[in-house]
Amino acid sequence: MSSTTYPSVRAAAAPKVRSAHAEASRSGIWVGICTITMSFMAFLSALYVRQGASADWTHIVLPRILYLNTLALLLSSATLEMSRRALAPVSGSEVDSVAVRKGFAWLSGTLALGLLFVAGQYEAWRQLAAQGLYLATNANSSFYYVLTAMHGLHLLAGIAALLFVMSRLLLVGNRFRHSTFEATTIYWHFMGVLWLFLLLVLRTKL
Amino acid sequence: MEIAARVGLGERLDAMGKLFAIVLVIIALASAYPIAKHMYVPPEDISTHGHAIDDQLSDTMAEAGFAFLGAQIILAFFVWKFSERKEGAKLKNFPGGAKLMVSVAFIIVGAEVFALGVLGQKAWANVYFTPPRPDALQIQAQAGQFAFYFRYPGADGKFGAIHPDKIDEGNQNFFGLDPANDIEARDDIVSGELTIPVNREVHLLMHAKDVGHSFYVRELRIQQDFVPGLDLSVHFTATKIGRYEIVCTQLCGLGHYNMKAYLSVMAQDDFEKWLKQKASEQ
Amino acid sequence: MQEASAQPAHVHAPPEGFIRKHVFSLDHKVIGKQYYALGLLAVCMGMGLSWLMRFHLVWPTTRIPGLELLSKVGAPGGVITPEYYLSLLTMHGTLMVFFVLTNAPFAAFGNYFLPIQIGAEDMAFPRFNMMSFWTTLVAFLVLVLAFVIPDGPPISGWTSYAPLSAVGQDAGPGMGWGMNLWGISIAIFCIGSLLGALNFIATTLDLRAKGMTLMRMPICTWAWFITSCIALLAFAVLLPACILLILDRTAGTSFFIPSGLVVSDRLQPHSGGSPLLWQHLFWFFGHPEVYIAILPSMGIVSHILINSMRKPLLSSKVIIYCMMSIGFLSWMVWGHHMFVSGMNPFSSLLFSFPTLTITIPATIMTLIWLGSLYGANLRINAASLFALGFISMFVSGGVSGFFLAQPSIDIVLHATYFVVGHFHMVMGVASIFGVFAGTYFWYGKMTGRMMNEKLGQLHFWLTFIGTYCIFMPFHYLGLVGNIRRYSSFVNDFMGPLMPLHKFITIAALSTGAAQFIFLFNLIYSHFKGKPASENPWEGTTLEWSIPSPPPWNNFGGKHPVIYHDPYQYGVKGSKGDYIMQDSPEPSAS
Repeated sequence: MSSTTYPSVRAAAAPKVRSAHAEASRSGIWVGICTITMSFMAFLSALYVRQGASADWTHIVLPRILYLNTLALLLSSATLEMSRRALAPVSGSEVDSVAVRKGFAWLSGTLALGLLFVAGQYEAWRQLAAQGLYLATNANSSFYYVLTAMHGLHLLAGIAALLFVMSRLLLVGNRFRHSTFEATTIYWHFMGVLWLFLLLVLRTKL
Repeated sequence: MEIAARVGLGERLDAMGKLFAIVLVIIALASAYPIAKHMYVPPEDISTHGHAIDDQLSDTMAEAGFAFLGAQIILAFFVWKFSERKEGAKLKNFPGGAKLMVSVAFIIVGAEVFALGVLGQKAWANVYFTPPRPDALQIQAQAGQFAFYFRYPGADGKFGAIHPDKIDEGNQNFFGLDPANDIEARDDIVSGELTIPVNREVHLLMHAKDVGHSFYVRELRIQQDFVPGLDLSVHFTATKIGRYEIVCTQLCGLGHYNMKAYLSVMAQDDFEKWLKQKASEQ
Repeated sequence: MQEASAQPAHVHAPPEGFIRKHVFSLDHKVIGKQYYALGLLAVCMGMGLSWLMRFHLVWPTTRIPGLELLSKVGAPGGVITPEYYLSLLTMHGTLMVFFVLTNAPFAAFGNYFLPIQIGAEDMAFPRFNMMSFWTTLVAFLVLVLAFVIPDGPPISGWTSYAPLSAVGQDAGPGMGWGMNLWGISIAIFCIGSLLGALNFIATTLDLRAKGMTLMRMPICTWAWFITSCIALLAFAVLLPACILLILDRTAGTSFFIPSGLVVSDRLQPHSGGSPLLWQHLFWFFGHPEVYIAILPSMGIVSHILINSMRKPLLSSKVIIYCMMSIGFLSWMVWGHHMFVSGMNPFSSLLFSFPTLTITIPATIMTLIWLGSLYGANLRINAASLFALGFISMFVSGGVSGFFLAQPSIDIVLHATYFVVGHFHMVMGVASIFGVFAGTYFWYGKMTGRMMNEKLGQLHFWLTFIGTYCIFMPFHYLGLVGNIRRYSSFVNDFMGPLMPLHKFITIAALSTGAAQFIFLFNLIYSHFKGKPASENPWEGTTLEWSIPSPPPWNNFGGKHPVIYHDPYQYGVKGSKGDYIMQDSPEPSAS
């Protein structure tokens, strides 16, 4: 290998804080966010075209619990941010059980709020069903169920990621991988932003 | 220099390069031959708007032919000349380099795109941007798995409503008409053949019964999909008496290949006779 | 800590045990080979289906012995029914577009060579990478299951237009569970592709070795990178479309189905949906998809051509910018599949302009390839022959696109064999030629043994001549008005065209037979091929700086440093007329 005969070249390079894999984690999650956004754009354009295709658009009154759910999700982003701040200074080389415990606690709060959101979304479905609005009842209800289900599925993936990070904190403490946690936080916040956007669409279009 | 794969083939390699050039030229000329000899062409045009389409097709064929033959022959020539040359042969770059290629592409293709796109849109406009004449003969076509049916509005000039739940092929009620309750449906004339008078504009209303279909008459230079749920139409004028095939071109199920009907273009008098005859059969 | 471009000690542990090494492998090289094998299996099936189709078209009542074993209902007594013909057609298209053309040039070669060519030890997310392959394999198995179920595969074509594909069993044979399996399979395929694309992008952005700037990446790496950007967004649209289709079919929704449809004498309960919505969603994915099919082959062919010519292209940068612009324009043209679909005719003109404009970068690329041949010292071998064949095929296929890009001409050519000729030449031949070229070129690196050159060249001649014999006549048929997707030709005007159809069928069966030479070569060379050295083609890029086959971590734990652009050919190097990318010797001026 020609590169190894010139060690002086490598030794002269300046050290950087972030390793390539942390960079890749970050790129990866943003790329993932792009693709998820695109898929929701596809659903929304389907909604827009479907609305124009036929005069059968009947307005849905959104269950009020949706707003409580939204609050829960936004709060969960706040608790996640608290967790991030607690864990940011934790380095792999030094044991810092106080910070880890704090971070873990805030994460548990995030998880709880996330689960509350999911439960609330399910309750909203039940309330709609009680009104006689099911998946195939009309075009509006179809889109309501599809959009909330798709968001919910993606949020469950976020919850799985939270659980994973929490398990790593339990198992290896301060040696947990920051890049995975950071990717999870970016994803979770995106779920919140996405939900706000979907809520706006549901309110104005359905 | 170890080039394991080249071992054993020796001088045959430059013969391969020359063979490529020869085979390519033969293929290119053989491909162009049937076109040059007009061996495979659309059938004669019996429409008023089709000549613009045919002209566009010829123009495009000329440009495409030039591009096709030019590129293949240049490829063949360069491979002939510049493959497996002597060891140490001098490498050259095409004069003008990439800049020239970019400029040529932009100028030539740009001009072609402009010409075909802008000038060619007239042929499209003739079909789609001109509204049908107010005195055009209105006929409704229904496409369903796997037949076309055509309906004439009859003396009242109005089509009766279509009731999908009343469609009964066994009793020849293809359109789902309800003459008992709809006055307008009573004089509607249904036919399995699209019969029209020559030199008279026809406004064809298109209704799909079940899935997507398409209406294509080669001689008429008209092709248009039937879309379930959409009220589409085309209008055209046939200029030659005769019988022409209508084929379905949108995959609609197992009978798609067999879904066809006939366009029968008649003299005006014959058409009126035919219409009277058909009316009495309803 | 570490430099931004350096990697930690190991991306993943060295594999141990048969399962970890060859089955559930995290190694991008194994995954690349797995994708290749899947593509190979799919192309054999797809090609076999095309033989059945071509046979049926010219000898519709002749018994094909044994076919009744594949389907008692579809081919009773070995004679294909009209509906089964459509099933074969649907599966042929689906297998070829998804499991061959998206797999082989992109997922297979890209997975194998992208990390190596940028100097990385593996992909950024090896576990996701493994998942992407197995997900794709599951999608394949779900699709193929449609052959086995009683009702058979769907008959709505790979394009699955609604409402035919959406109303369910009433629409015809195979439109019950067969169609459901199609929808599920493609949805799963989308997920696999998205995982793969994600990996390619993150790896290219962040795992490049020191000195490997973006512009120093080989052209094929760029092609895979651009393709993965397109795939990331395109499959993200197909997945929702499939979900909505499955809901219409199984949950009673009406996204694509309007009211009042009477199918098989049954009034369908749906209402308000738009069949055109399906077409828009599908083609918004579908057009970028065909560029996903061709761009990697463009990159592979450029890469091989440069090596064979012993001189760089007139400009690699221009080629890369052209690929980027093709990728960009590909999003604006989807309506050209829908000129006569019933959408607003003014939209048709709007779509026509960017479609015609794509000709510009495509022409630039072709002129650069041609112009670069001038003054070269081209080495002829199986790989370079297929690369040259690609150029020829790309021109032929591209030129017919010129006709179809104009809505007025499309009135006459839409849904005829002209269209079928066009897309087979660009996708079915040109793209596959890129795969062949890549196989002959890289087989030695991947397996440690070279493919047999004589057999390779024979394979080339038979395939090059054969595919022209098959697909050029399609254009003539289309000009006369031969309609596509017909299981028999019962139109009055078809009689005189049957001899040409017979010619095509014989060419197809012969060319298909010739592919056994390739298959034999693949298998034989694995055991008996000449041992491959590290750099049998005297190449400059990083894959030629490592052993054949490479160790599990590509560079043996070392980190390559890059000093040059990827195509230092025709210069005085220490090893010959080239300088490798990681060689510290000075570049040519």
